[in-house]
Amino acid sequence: MNSLLALIPALPLAGFLVLSMAGRRMSKSAIAAIGAGTVGIAAIIVIAIAIQFLQAPPAGNAYSQTLWQWMRTENFSCDFSLRVDALSLVFIFIITFVGALIHIYSAAFMRPDRDYARFFASMNLFVCAMLLLVMGDNLVVMYLGWEGVGLCSYLLIGFWYEAPANCHAANKAFYVTRIGDTAMIIGLFLLYNELGTLNIESILQLSVSQFSTGSNTITWIAILLMLGGMGKSAQLPFQTWLPDAMAGPSPVSALIHAATMVTAGVYLIARMHPLFQLSPLAMDVTAVVGAVTLLVAGCSAMVQTDIKRILAYSTISQVGYMFLALGTGAFSAGIFHFFTHAFFKALLFLAAGAVIESLHHEHNIFKMGGLKNKMPVVFYTFLAGAAALAALPLITAGFFSKDQILWYAWSANNGNPMLWFVALLGAFITALYSTRLMLVVFWGDEKTHVTKLPGRLMTAPLVVLAVLSVTAGFIEWPHNLLHVTFFSDFVQQVLPATSLRDGIPEEIIMQGIAVVVTLLGIYSGYALYRPGSVAVDQMKQSDFVMGFRNFFFKGWAFDELYHTVFVRPFVYITQMNRADVFDRINTSIASGSRQLSKWLSVSQNGSLRWYVAGVLIGVIVLFTLQLFL
Amino acid sequence: MILAYIIVILLIGGLLCWLIGRWNPDIVKWIALLTVLTDLALISTIWFMLKSLPISGTWLLDFQVNWIPSFGTSFHLALDGLSLVMLVLTFFLGTLAVICSWKEIKQRTGFYYFNLLWTLAGIAGVFLALDLFLFYFFWEVMLVPMYFLIAIWGDSNRRYAAYKFFIFTQAGGLLMLISILALYFINGAQTGTYSYDYFSLLNTQLDPSAAKWIMMGFLVAFVIKLPMVPLHNWLPDAHSEAPTAGSLILAGLLLKTGAYGIIRFVLPIFPAAAADISWWAMAFGVLGIVYGAMLAFAQTDIKRLIAYTSVSHMGFVLLGIFAFREMAMQGVVMQMVTHGISTGALFLLAGMLKERLHTRDIGKMGGLWTSMPAMGGVAMLFTMASLGLPALGSFIAEFLILMGTFPVNIPLTVIATLGLVLSAFYSLRLMQKVFLGPVTVEHPVKDMSAREMLIMASVTIGILLLGLYPQPVLDMVRDVVQNAVTMRQ
Repeated sequence: MNSLLALIPALPLAGFLVLSMAGRRMSKSAIAAIGAGTVGIAAIIVIAIAIQFLQAPPAGNAYSQTLWQWMRTENFSCDFSLRVDALSLVFIFIITFVGALIHIYSAAFMRPDRDYARFFASMNLFVCAMLLLVMGDNLVVMYLGWEGVGLCSYLLIGFWYEAPANCHAANKAFYVTRIGDTAMIIGLFLLYNELGTLNIESILQLSVSQFSTGSNTITWIAILLMLGGMGKSAQLPFQTWLPDAMAGPSPVSALIHAATMVTAGVYLIARMHPLFQLSPLAMDVTAVVGAVTLLVAGCSAMVQTDIKRILAYSTISQVGYMFLALGTGAFSAGIFHFFTHAFFKALLFLAAGAVIESLHHEHNIFKMGGLKNKMPVVFYTFLAGAAALAALPLITAGFFSKDQILWYAWSANNGNPMLWFVALLGAFITALYSTRLMLVVFWGDEKTHVTKLPGRLMTAPLVVLAVLSVTAGFIEWPHNLLHVTFFSDFVQQVLPATSLRDGIPEEIIMQGIAVVVTLLGIYSGYALYRPGSVAVDQMKQSDFVMGFRNFFFKGWAFDELYHTVFVRPFVYITQMNRADVFDRINTSIASGSRQLSKWLSVSQNGSLRWYVAGVLIGVIVLFTLQLFL
Repeated sequence: MILAYIIVILLIGGLLCWLIGRWNPDIVKWIALLTVLTDLALISTIWFMLKSLPISGTWLLDFQVNWIPSFGTSFHLALDGLSLVMLVLTFFLGTLAVICSWKEIKQRTGFYYFNLLWTLAGIAGVFLALDLFLFYFFWEVMLVPMYFLIAIWGDSNRRYAAYKFFIFTQAGGLLMLISILALYFINGAQTGTYSYDYFSLLNTQLDPSAAKWIMMGFLVAFVIKLPMVPLHNWLPDAHSEAPTAGSLILAGLLLKTGAYGIIRFVLPIFPAAAADISWWAMAFGVLGIVYGAMLAFAQTDIKRLIAYTSVSHMGFVLLGIFAFREMAMQGVVMQMVTHGISTGALFLLAGMLKERLHTRDIGKMGGLWTSMPAMGGVAMLFTMASLGLPALGSFIAEFLILMGTFPVNIPLTVIATLGLVLSAFYSLRLMQKVFLGPVTVEHPVKDMSAREMLIMASVTIGILLLGLYPQPVLDMVRDVVQNAVTMRQ
């Protein structure tokens, strides 16, 4: 099995190489076969490895493979090597399996596009980079994947590059995440400086003995790494790039900006959890960042009108839940939410893509409506996804993962009632906007005519994901309901078990509250947005409500803030100095000499009288000096 | 002896080009190509031969004959790992320079290739000379033909750029000459034998203030070439006005002679004085990183933009050298090689764009990906190289430099690392203005020809190999780097 590891990222890489070099001369079917085929085979290999892993766990609970020595100098050496343990296995399963479904969907979705080959080339490269990110056994390989997914995200957001807005969105995504990445690489330098290695296993082993809990160094390291994670995972204050990233094709949003890349930060923190556990401050920061983000993004999701932007804000918000879970010390709960979220959010994006495609690229949900009977497959699958997002109790995957997070937000070692309350509020908001989305898009009057229905190739992945959005949660039940802890047992090979505080309320009470709040959210959504309801119109009369609505709509005005504080001054300074102030020094030396030559050449006028006078004056001056000195 | 051949072949090839160019201008490019390919083959043979031989000591090959014995100068060439790496780069880029001029140069081709080959000879000489008089001689040999390349085959403002280039470099060169003479006389007075030889000058006893001033002479000459902010102003003009091959050689090779000079002469001859100014040198390096990147972001002329990115990237070199750490110094050597390739590639692309669109103004470009997807792809790769994407060579270089420098000076390293953010700003802006966005050119432009594909394929393979498997280069220069670093203790 060890030797198969390299094949997993190598297959999509091969797909990328073939498509980028020969793709323009290939038929569309061949392109789709290579693009989707490579990821599909990789998914099959992953499943084979996973089965093997479960049946006969390898020594040390990990497979590893060293490919070649990347660099070695002084005391530093770094191999190009891969390592798969339980945590990475969860991630590579999602990346390849959901990735393969999305690739199949894209084969039909992107078919009319001129740059079919470029699309699949970039998608394959993304899958490869994402796999390296989670499979790297040292932080340098991880950083390679980390930057690689950033590049692919940039390429795919700006896929339709002829519209300037798309390019701006792509650039923004790259810039904002690069700031996080730079913090992260400084964290790497600091780690190397302290421990003398960047191998993940060694770091985790050494850190416990090398760092004292809560020391400055470890806090710095943890915070710097987390900044990297926050950038990629679009957490406050780096969240601004993700809504704009919706400029890319819908499958891109499903794969990169919902299922995989935006959870890179979650992976990083889970992977490096011993470092975070050594720094209570970093843990608190993680939890608070998650909590604030889920609320801020949730409020924005409530008022968006673009179907993809709703989903984008909802993604930010759900990743916020994952950060919250990690920060409270409930690592396995965070990863479990990543697992279920990958299915239902990818599903929602793909289904949204199908809707948009059928309605002449209409993004505004208020111009949709009545699609329930027109697009039944999309409707039922979307319903499954939205129910999972709203965490409809017991029958959706989202419930099982989110319920855990809510419970641990109060009861885990690092949790507290305040975090729980924010998460609960977030759950209410999530249920509300999920209901709103469903009702506005699928019920009511038909506002735009449906021209074409998605084909089998597109609906099949939707159905698979819909089934998983419902059932994926059953592998991990709340302890008090049913003793099924398959998922947490598995990832807790790597991650620490969640320890509870003292003096916490009964779990069943908390669950009851969560269920009631969720149902209340769904009901509020229904009350506000059911066909024929005038409640929203009445609310819009109030300036106060509209003020908040617009503020949320703009994403809490973060874009304006950054524009004023960072972008404008930077552009102003660089534009001011375009001609390079240092060049002035050189040109003034040149013009000074020229001026001097002009003055002196006045004396060189060819008139004898002037020369005689000059000589005389000179003689007199010299004599005077002689006399007086 | 083979070392002398390397240079002599270039000199003779250049003369042949000039002579034959009078009768048959078409054949000279073949002569030039043959000349650089011969040297490339020679240097590659040396690389592979030396790999198989167990060699003790850092000096792999040595060649010395008397030149002007009464002055104490000899024709002394020697090759160590660093020179070898730089020579491979020289002839690799030299070959590309000849191929990329194939169609661009239509006037006075004989004289053009003469200048090109002689510049290369000067550069090869600089990388090999171990006699300071000879070094100075080669330093001038590489300058004068370059001046002609810019002044004759350059763009509209070529005279100004050529003068500026000449005056800056020559001012530095003269300071270096004074320093060389000072060293020569002090050493002669101490030992009784007057010699310009590197190894005898290496042991000169200097009192600290003399060492400082003499070192400054060398250092100024080298940092002008590097270039270091604020002595960089010759570079944007020279790069943007020079013909494509000129920009390629300037960015890819000439700048590296500055870094090479510091590593070869300044650190070993003046270890204490260099250590004294290390903080300032690093600070100026960091200033260059940030300042160059900000200037690059504001440019509208594509070649000026790339030129300022060189200023930024060379700041890493200065920072890494004066950290006096093996890892950082390894990164410096990698940066010299990878910057040569990646920035060279960007200048090649700029040249191809200019041939097609007859402008260097990025405001007049846009959406070129549509008509030139292959060139767009290559351009994407090299903009990524310039912003330091892992898997490409530049990342290895900057990573090693920064990680090596970190323990020496944390605040400066952190500021330098922020340069990575700035590099993203200018790189993506370049990409967006030229290849992305709405299509602005009226007539569809032709994508790369087979010849251009060949050029770009070779640099692509180069930058990928260096990014994924840099170890051969790191191994080759390890001894040199260790010596340079330990010299200080």
